[in-house]
Amino acid sequence: MNRIIIANFVRFVVLIFIQVFLLKNVTVYGLSTPYLYILFVMLLPFETPNILLFLLSFLIGISVDAFYDTPGLHAAATVLLAFVRVLFISVTVQKESFDTEPQPTMGSMGFRWFLTYATLLTLFHHFLLFNLEVFRFSEIQYTLSRFLLSSLFTIFLLLVSGLLFFRKKRI
Amino acid sequence: MRNLLIFITKYSAFFLFLIFEVISLVIFINYNGFQKASFINTSNEVVGNLYNRVNDFYDYLSLKQINDNLAQENAKLRSQLRASYYIDSVSKHSVNDTVYKQQYSYIDARVINNSTNKRLNYLTLNKGAKEGIAKGMGVICATGVVGVVVKTSDHFATVRSLLHKDSRISAMLASSREGGTFTWNDDLNPFMGILSEVSNNAQPHLGDWVVTSQYSLFPMGIHLGRVSNLHAKAGGFFLNMEVRMAVDFSKLEYVYVVDNKLAQEQIGLEAQQKQEKDE
Repeated sequence: MNRIIIANFVRFVVLIFIQVFLLKNVTVYGLSTPYLYILFVMLLPFETPNILLFLLSFLIGISVDAFYDTPGLHAAATVLLAFVRVLFISVTVQKESFDTEPQPTMGSMGFRWFLTYATLLTLFHHFLLFNLEVFRFSEIQYTLSRFLLSSLFTIFLLLVSGLLFFRKKRI
Repeated sequence: MRNLLIFITKYSAFFLFLIFEVISLVIFINYNGFQKASFINTSNEVVGNLYNRVNDFYDYLSLKQINDNLAQENAKLRSQLRASYYIDSVSKHSVNDTVYKQQYSYIDARVINNSTNKRLNYLTLNKGAKEGIAKGMGVICATGVVGVVVKTSDHFATVRSLLHKDSRISAMLASSREGGTFTWNDDLNPFMGILSEVSNNAQPHLGDWVVTSQYSLFPMGIHLGRVSNLHAKAGGFFLNMEVRMAVDFSKLEYVYVVDNKLAQEQIGLEAQQKQEKDE
């Protein structure tokens, strides 16, 4: 139990550091910006109580906001992400069908499940994020292209991190 | 009660989502200047546009009356044309006129929202800052004074009408030029106003015109109404009289916004004077 808390705490800090000191400066053609910090919410264990899940999502969102000077923007998007996560998991995961305690990682749930999971959550998060940020209909084309390209970039990074750190442990 | 609790715990994710999302959005809208401004602006634009649509429809219903009014106004303006005066002086040479400088110009606008039955009544006009309307300008119509612009957005302006407890307009009796203050009367009657603080020396008659004075932000001599009762209430050192309003506020359609081109200069000078006095 303690190990899980410490691991998540470290992940929280490391992801925020990566986001605000590295990825904040990465932009492809001024259109595509990855937001990798949402990996933290995705990787919280299945048995996290809802209240804690939403609280942590809000916290990581507002922490990123503090660095981006946009109070509330990332928090709103990340809370939506947490809600979509709850819905998605309640639809796709039956805990009885696993013999070991499952984790929402690529190693534990398989590539296909993780790809759907990451794609869906990222799309929701980025859609709200970019539209809230721009906050007008007149630039919808630019916003949508930013939304799609950034989602691609983020999903790519999520999969890479999944392949790097959470591969199936072979005995 | 117990069922309610069960319901809430069963859908806890949804309620938690609502709570945290609302917190985030409140933070977001309160602390981000652009979104705050545009959120309020967007809602204003939406409301304004709705009023505009509804008003377009109403216009059809009152076309006949508007036609009559316009014809009347046309007739009045025509009678003011230079051509309708007999000019008895013969001009010998033309002079490039630098004596007269235009002080007032008029922007025509349409009333798209109006109320007369509240304590604080406002109008909305279909023109705004883009057409040159600014806060503090006077608004008149063919028959008299309407109010003062209090707020503008890009395409709309709100006007505090005379039917507002805070409206005070510097007025005078047209016949004797005795000055006073024109306000709405106390019992919220949309046809009656009060001319107060007129000096006791004045000898007003029933039916005298009450017009704007030279101290107001309107051009001098715009109609406010006619005196209908000489002794409205005992006012000590001053005369108070009841005035029947010249404008029927429930039927306002087209109005003119008065742009006093020298107002800025006057206000600036007076502010300077006040500052010097304070020091």
